Amino acid sequence: MTDLPAGSTTGPQRSRPLSPHLQVYRLMLTYVMSGFHRISGAALYFGMLLVAWWLVAAASGPNAYGYFEWFIGSLIGRLVLLGYTWALLHHMLGGVRHLIWDLGYGFEPAEREFLALATIVGSISLTVIVWVIGYLAMGGPR
Amino acid sequence: MKDAQMRTPMRRVRGLGAAHSGTHHFWHQRVTSVAGIPLCIAAIIVAIGLLGRNHAAVVQILGSPLVAIIMLLFVIDIVYHMWIGMQEIIVDYVHEDKFKLATLLANTFFCFALGFACAFAILKMSFGV
Repeated sequence: MTDLPAGSTTGPQRSRPLSPHLQVYRLMLTYVMSGFHRISGAALYFGMLLVAWWLVAAASGPNAYGYFEWFIGSLIGRLVLLGYTWALLHHMLGGVRHLIWDLGYGFEPAEREFLALATIVGSISLTVIVWVIGYLAMGGPR
Repeated sequence: MKDAQMRTPMRRVRGLGAAHSGTHHFWHQRVTSVAGIPLCIAAIIVAIGLLGRNHAAVVQILGSPLVAIIMLLFVIDIVYHMWIGMQEIIVDYVHEDKFKLATLLANTFFCFALGFACAFAILKMSFGV
């Protein structure tokens, strides 16, 4: 790299400083939760196909609905639905965390850590609760 | 430093200052996220309530006015929220112009198609045609 005075806009391509990427930082719960928020959002984006299939199948008739019920009742279907439930609840709690920040609260180190931990613990707990209620509503696992 | 201003080329030509739409998507994403909290909870309750019921009962419940209105609001809110969200992801990671254009178009088509499919299905169950 040729030395040029700071702020120079002439001369050969001046190499600009790059911001360091993820791998140079220590693994922090807050940034992992930040990543989870985006990943769960992207997962829910495609998970909406499942909701559309559900609604369109119900509107189409008993046969189409039967196919949907067969899929969602299968092991893979249940795993997909479990993942969808967790992604939805995680994204929802992560969103609440962002709304708290948008209002200007929760930026202190301890508060950030607490919010990150509350997001992951809360989403897993809520997923279990929703599934227990779901199985109770169906009258036990089957 | 000719690029050191926030004005879009059109605004610069007209001498009108900034475009005043920079926070449009940011704000709409917040609005749809706040609305999404009660709507998602309601949709989860509806889904749990339909577990294990036969097709006729599912259609009847999903088509009843209160449930249909809630599900319609849920679908519209979510589809708009996911459209903005995926657009944000695309502009963050896709830098090649043609591929960016293609993915942004695909995002719009996908969200519109899903939204219309869900809305049509709910309305069909509601009106019973």
